[in-house]
Amino acid sequence: MAGKTRAIERTPLSLSEKTYLPQIVNGLKTTFSNILKPNVTLQYPEERPVISESYRGVPTLVRDPNGREKCVSCQLCEFVCPPKAIRITPGEISDSEEDRVHVEKGPKEFEINMLRCIYCGFCQEVCPEEAIWLQEDYSVSGYSREEFLNNKDRLYELGGTMPDNHYKWDKKKEAELNGHEGHH
Amino acid sequence: MSQNGTQELVPVNIDGQEFNLPKGMNLVEAVNTVGKEIPHYCYHPKLSVAGNCRMCLIDMGMPMRDRATGDAILDENGVQKIGWMPKPAIACNSNVSPGLHIKLESETVKDYRNGIMEFLLVNHPLDCPICDQAGECRLQEFSADYGRGYSRFIEDKNVKPKRTKLGERVTLDDERCILCSRCVRFSSEIAGEDVLGFVDRGSYSTLTCYPGKSLDHNYSLNTVDICPVGALTSTDFRFKMRVWFLKEANSICSESSVGSNTVVSSREGKIYRITPRRNDAVNDTWMTDSARELYKQVEEDTRLLSPQILQKEASLDDALSQAIEILKNDKLRMVGSSLSSVEEQFILRKIAKIKEIECYFLAHLGAEDGLLLSADRRPNTRGALLNDLISDVPTSRLDRLEEEIKLGLVDTLLVIHEDLSLTGIDAELLKDLKIVYLGTHTNSTSALASVNLPTLTVFEKKGSFVNQSFRLQKFNQAVPGPAGLFPDTLILTKLLSGISGEEFISPTVDLIWEELAASTPELNDITFHSIGTDGIALNADRFRNLQFPEVKSLKFSIEDFRATEDLVPAL
Amino acid sequence: MILEVLLHVLAAVLMITVVMTMAGYSVLAERKVSSWIQGRVGPNRTALPILSSIPIVGPLIVGLGLFQPLADGLKFLFKEEVMPGHVNKFYYVLAPIITLIPAMTTMVVLPFGQMIDPESGQRIPLILANIDIGILFIFAVGSLGVYGVVIGGWASNNKYSFLGSVRSSAQMISYELAMGISVIPVLLLANPPGMEGGLSLVNVITSQDSLWNFVLMPISALLFLICLFAETNRTPFDMAESETDLVGGFHTEYGSFKFGLFFVSEYTHIIVGSGVFVALFFGGSNFLPWLPNPWPSGIIGGVFSVLWFIAKVVCMIFLFIWVRWTLPRFRYDQVMNLGWKILLPISIANLVFYIIAFAVYEKLIN
Repeated sequence: MAGKTRAIERTPLSLSEKTYLPQIVNGLKTTFSNILKPNVTLQYPEERPVISESYRGVPTLVRDPNGREKCVSCQLCEFVCPPKAIRITPGEISDSEEDRVHVEKGPKEFEINMLRCIYCGFCQEVCPEEAIWLQEDYSVSGYSREEFLNNKDRLYELGGTMPDNHYKWDKKKEAELNGHEGHH
Repeated sequence: MSQNGTQELVPVNIDGQEFNLPKGMNLVEAVNTVGKEIPHYCYHPKLSVAGNCRMCLIDMGMPMRDRATGDAILDENGVQKIGWMPKPAIACNSNVSPGLHIKLESETVKDYRNGIMEFLLVNHPLDCPICDQAGECRLQEFSADYGRGYSRFIEDKNVKPKRTKLGERVTLDDERCILCSRCVRFSSEIAGEDVLGFVDRGSYSTLTCYPGKSLDHNYSLNTVDICPVGALTSTDFRFKMRVWFLKEANSICSESSVGSNTVVSSREGKIYRITPRRNDAVNDTWMTDSARELYKQVEEDTRLLSPQILQKEASLDDALSQAIEILKNDKLRMVGSSLSSVEEQFILRKIAKIKEIECYFLAHLGAEDGLLLSADRRPNTRGALLNDLISDVPTSRLDRLEEEIKLGLVDTLLVIHEDLSLTGIDAELLKDLKIVYLGTHTNSTSALASVNLPTLTVFEKKGSFVNQSFRLQKFNQAVPGPAGLFPDTLILTKLLSGISGEEFISPTVDLIWEELAASTPELNDITFHSIGTDGIALNADRFRNLQFPEVKSLKFSIEDFRATEDLVPAL
Repeated sequence: MILEVLLHVLAAVLMITVVMTMAGYSVLAERKVSSWIQGRVGPNRTALPILSSIPIVGPLIVGLGLFQPLADGLKFLFKEEVMPGHVNKFYYVLAPIITLIPAMTTMVVLPFGQMIDPESGQRIPLILANIDIGILFIFAVGSLGVYGVVIGGWASNNKYSFLGSVRSSAQMISYELAMGISVIPVLLLANPPGMEGGLSLVNVITSQDSLWNFVLMPISALLFLICLFAETNRTPFDMAESETDLVGGFHTEYGSFKFGLFFVSEYTHIIVGSGVFVALFFGGSNFLPWLPNPWPSGIIGGVFSVLWFIAKVVCMIFLFIWVRWTLPRFRYDQVMNLGWKILLPISIANLVFYIIAFAVYEKLIN
C-alpha cells in the first residue's frame, strides 16, 4: 500500500480565498436556498412514516391460517436472544385439544421483555416454525415496567394471523390418514 | 465384550498413518483413543455388539500374503500389498489386529455414511424443534457431519404413535426410533429384565414391550440415556427444558453407598434432571431411576428454610449462639449422619474430640438389587469410619444411646440430618432432651428440637463421599442454595468455635482437606483438587474385616473386598 | 417640566417593551430560521385557547410558533431557582443583572426615528437622550456587559464557566479596538469642518440623508459588522459558550430566571447592535439612499420612520441568525489572530485612507 500513497501539494490560496469572504457568501447562499426548500419533518403523532416490509418492529407471535398457535416452544429464540429478553415456559399440549394434540408441545407462557429487547430480529430468523415475527409496531410506551412485559396473550394480540401456506400440521395429519392400512 | 483388548500394542494403519493400538480392542474404541471418530448408533461400550445401524462402515484391509507359502506379496516398490476388502465392514464388530489397515476419511467411506444417514432420515420426523434430544442427538450431529444436507425424499413420511407409554417413567416416540436396539440390549443384558423388543418388519418395525409387561424396572431411564435419538424420553424431563440451557455439574449420587457418578443439569438455580456419568470403576454408564428423582428434595415443602429457636424463626446468629449455649452442656451426645460429606464429618470429629464424647451413627438399610442400589442407603458411611467418628459399622438401632439417656447420662443431643424416631429410642425419652438439629429437611426430630439449623443438600454444596469400595469421590455444587442458607461446614465450624471458645475461620473445602490429609493416614497427600472425576481408590486395609451390610453390586462384592489385600498400597 | 419627564419615562418604558418583545421574538426567529435552514419545522405547537381557534389565522400563528416566546418566558419565570452549593452567591446573582443593564442602557442614545415638526418644519430626532458623546457612550456602556460574563463565569466556580468568561473578556477587548477605529471615518464624515462637532448618532444619520455610509465606506461597514459579531458573542465568535469544548460556557451553572436574563441580554445586545449598525451605515430611519424621506410630517411620519428603522433592524437580526447557522465556530487562536493581526491593521489602514481622502476632498472643494 505504501507505493500508492501520494503526497499532494496544496495549492496556495488566492487573495479572495484568503479573505474567506466569497466562501462565506457561498455558504450564506446555500443556507438561504435551504430556507426555500420544503422541509422533511414528519408531524409525528398525526402523520405516520411508511413502514417498509422488512422493518423490525415489536416481536410478536402469530397464528397460522387455521387460527392455531404456531409456536412449539422450541426455545431457540430464547437461546439466541442477545439481551435475554425472551422467557418461555414450555408445556405439553393436552389430549383434550384434538386438532392440535399431534403438535405435542406449545408454550405455556411466553414473555418478551420489551425493556430488554433490542429489535435485532434474531428470534425471527432462528424460528423454525415461523411463529415469531418482528412486525411494524415501533411505538412502545407505558407507565410501568410491567406494561413492557408482553405475555403470551398480548403477543398473539399484537401478532394476529400470518397468512402463509405451509399448513405443516395439516399435512402431517393428512399423511397420518393416508398411511397404509395397519400402518399405525 | 472384550472391549479393552490386551496390553500388547500392535501397529494399525489409519488413513495411511501408523498407530500402535492395543491388540484385540474394539475398533470403535481403539480409534477413539487416538483422537479419531467412527460414527455409530447401535454400538455402546457397555453393551453387546449388534451391528445393525451400519453407521460405522469403514474400508478395511490386511497386508497380502501368498496363501500357499505365507510369504508377503510385494508390489513393484517392494512394499507389501494391502488386500482391501471389496465391501465395507462395520468397525464396531471388528477388533484391532496387527497390520490392520482402515480408511476413515476416504471418499467411499464418506459415501457409506452419507447413504446410511439418508436411509435413517427417510422416515425420521422433522421434530427437532420439539424433540428433547435436540442438542445431544447423535442423529443431528452425524447428519450435520456426514449427511447430505437436504432431502431427496418427496413421499409422505411414516406417521407412527408419538407418545406411547412404555412404562411409568419412559415415553416412546415411535417415529423417531432408528431401531438401534440399544434399549433392548440394555434391558436384557444389564437390567436383567428382558421386556423390550421389536415387532413387525420393514417400516412397520416398532419397539414395544412384551405383552402384559411394561418398562418399569428401576433402571428404565438408562434406556433414555443411551437412546441415540429422541425416541425414548423421560416422562419427568419431557418438554421441561431444552438441553442447551442446562448447566452441568459433576456430582455423586447420595442414594446408596454405591456412589454412582452423576451429572446434575440445572438452569438458573433450578435442577431439571440427573444423568449418569461414566465411571468404569463404579457405575459404568448407568444409574437407578430412583436416584434421578433425588433432585426433587431441593424444592420439597418439608425443606428447612430458616433457623429456628423453639420452632420459631430466628436469625442465624441468634440460633447459633442459642445452639452453642445448649451444646456447652457436659451431658452431650451426637448423632452424626452418613449423609454428611467427609469434610463435614471431619469438623464433627473435632467437636467430638473437644467434648470427649461419642458420636452415634444410625444405619439405613434396604434391599440390595445387585447393581447400583446397595444395602447401605447412605453415601458416606465409609467416610465416618475413615474420620474415626465411628469404629464399627452403624447399627439400625441406637440402643446404647437409649441406655445412656435412661441412666441420665445424657440430656442434650446434637443431631445431624437424622430422624431419631427411626433409632428405636422411646419417643417419651426424647421429649425431655434438649436437641440441636442440623439438617436440610424437617422431620420428627426437628419438630422436637430446641434449635434448628438449616443446611444445604448435596446439590448445593461441594465435598466428597467415600463409597462402598472405599473410593473417594467428589461432588461439585450444581445450584446455589436457598437464600440465607449456609453450607454445613460453616455452621459446624461456628458451633465448634463457640463450643471450644477458640475462633476458627470458616474453612473452604480446600482448607479442610489440608488438615484432613494430615490427620488421616488413608488420605495422606490428597488434596480436594487432586480428586479426579473418577475418584481415588483408598487403602481400606483397616476396615476389611468389618461386617458391612453390602453383599454385591455392579462393581463390588464383599468377598472380593475381604479377600483383597493391599488393593492400593498405603499412601 | 414634569410632563416632559413623564413623557420621557413613558417613551423609555415603551422602548424597553419593544426591545424586550423583539428579544423574545428573536429567540423564536432563531429557532424558526435555524429549522428552516436545516429542513425542519421548528416550534409549531404552542397555542393559546381562544386565539388559536380563530379560523385560518389561528392555525397560521400557531404554525409560526408565535406563542412560543410566551411559553419560553413563562418557563424561565416558573422554573425552580437553583442555587448551586459551590458558587459565590452574591456575584452569582449579580452577574446576570449587570449583563442586562448595560445592554438595555445603550439604547438610550440610539435614534430610532425622526419626526418633522408640523409647525416649525424642523426635523426632530426620536431618541431618548440626545447626548453629545453618543457613540462613545454606546462603546463605553456596551463593553461593561462583559463584566457580567466575567463575574458570572468566575462566581460559578466551575472551570468551564471560568474559561468561557476569560475567553469572552479577552475577545471583547481585542475587537473593541478594531470596532472603534472602523467607526472613526463615519464620524469624520458626520462632522465636516466648520460644523459644531459631536458624536451623537443623530448627526451620523443626518449625514446619510442622501448616501448611506455603507456605500461610501464598505470596508468600515464590514469591519464593524465583524466586530459586532464578536462583541455580541455570536457565531462564529461564540467563544464564551462554545458548547463543544466548554459545556455551556460562562452560563453553565445558571438556570431558570437567571439564565433567562443572560439569554435576554444576549439578544438585547444583538438588537441594539443591529440598531447601531443600521444607524451608522444604513441610514438609520432614512428611507432609501438618494431618495428623500417620504414620511409625512407629524406623529404619523414619526411612526413610519420608526417602523422603517425597525424593519432594517429585523433584517440585521435575520443576518445574525443566518450567519450563525451557516458558519462554523472559530478556534480561539484564530479569533485572536483575526482580531489583532488582521482586523486591527486593516481598520487602521482604512482610517488612514479615509483621513487622507477627506483631506484631499476638502482641498479639492476649497
